[in-house]
Amino acid sequence: MRKNNQTNFSSKQILLILSIVCVLLMGLSLITDKVSGPLRAVANYTIVPMQKGMNTIGLWMSDFTQNFATIQELRAKNKTLQAEIDELTVKNNLLQQDKHELERLRELYALDELYADYKKVGARVTMNDSGNWFHSFVIDKGSNDGIKVDMNVMAGKGLVGIVTEVGPNWSRVRSIIDDASNVSALVLSSSDTCVVNGDLTLMQDGRIRFEMLANNGTEIKEGEQVVTSHISSKYLQGILIGYISEIHVDSNNLTRSGYITPVVDFEHLREVLVITTTKDDILED
Amino acid sequence: MKRKIITVCIIIACFILECTIFQKLSFGSITPNLMIIVTSAFGFMRGKREGMMVGFISGLLIDIMFGDLIGFYTLIYTVLGYANGFFRKIFYDDDIKLPLILIAASDFLYGNIICIFMFVMRSRFHYFYYLKTIIIPELIYTILVTLALYQIILQINKKLESEEQRSASKFV
Repeated sequence: MRKNNQTNFSSKQILLILSIVCVLLMGLSLITDKVSGPLRAVANYTIVPMQKGMNTIGLWMSDFTQNFATIQELRAKNKTLQAEIDELTVKNNLLQQDKHELERLRELYALDELYADYKKVGARVTMNDSGNWFHSFVIDKGSNDGIKVDMNVMAGKGLVGIVTEVGPNWSRVRSIIDDASNVSALVLSSSDTCVVNGDLTLMQDGRIRFEMLANNGTEIKEGEQVVTSHISSKYLQGILIGYISEIHVDSNNLTRSGYITPVVDFEHLREVLVITTTKDDILED
Repeated sequence: MKRKIITVCIIIACFILECTIFQKLSFGSITPNLMIIVTSAFGFMRGKREGMMVGFISGLLIDIMFGDLIGFYTLIYTVLGYANGFFRKIFYDDDIKLPLILIAASDFLYGNIICIFMFVMRSRFHYFYYLKTIIIPELIYTILVTLALYQIILQINKKLESEEQRSASKFV
């Protein structure tokens, strides 16, 4: 009996050992990020290749369900979109003219292209957060492709999030609608800064909250553009976040807050663009 | 040995399914919690020790891919697997009620733990909102998926057990 006890732990003891291991891991990962390195490498060769295949099946299935949209719906949409295209072409022509003028003026001012074109790398979304509490996802590019922590991620014309963890062939991106996300932002028309933070209670409406917008008399209406601000330490300047959908003065009468509708459709993210310059790179230059 | 390999395969398969296909099949952006089903099923089918190990691996997978703090989910799943092991004594193959109740209870507990440690601790006190929009819908969806997934796990386990008995009786 005694011999048996020495070689085999009872399940209570195993529970204790595993719990201590977990607590130690938590403590260690608070202090350094070296713990997750080897684990990430293991995941890189086991989970990541499989999930890529599965993801294509999932995409096919969601395509299949979306195919049931009625023809009438599509026709109506087509009509409005056609009208929109015509309108946008006219607008675009005007903007092209403006752009040439702007370039000329910039040259005059010897202003470099401060935030015009960041270099981007395309990546595919392969996996979404397993739970329902947070909104992060995994993309199929990692440190082997030059992705680093704190790189900004866009989809289409808007900001999606920021890279928080990098493995050899994958990296994790935290969306701006995630409950733990905070972005320093700027209202384009008045250049007032505010803070945009994600909130789980708003996630299902597809909205995000903004706070700390100074109540300084500038008139800010619904529908105005909000972009990332110049004072942010992580986010590059001038990336579109969304449009103000609701704004009200706080009870302290000093600040304003409200809601933003993001330009990115977070429910159907498939391809994203990772900006390969970080704010640190720019600040060092 | 064969059992261990198959168990790990089931865990990995469920993790990948949860993160890919079930994300696309979500109702109102709620996805079922497959890892809870696996952990708790192995807990009450195979006992504390195996439930604990399955929970440990499941939690570790989530931690590596999505956790900010490695060890947090691992601890929750390990303890849940262990706790489900207590019910092995009253578990019978053909009874579907006990598995459903246990898996539902585990998922409810899991939701509450996450809510308290990740949200209430960051002073977001909309507990009833979270209960209504996340914990309960996730619970219902998880139970629906359990009806199918649990049968698969049960059949695999039955087959393995009968094989083990056969090979054990050879040596008698």
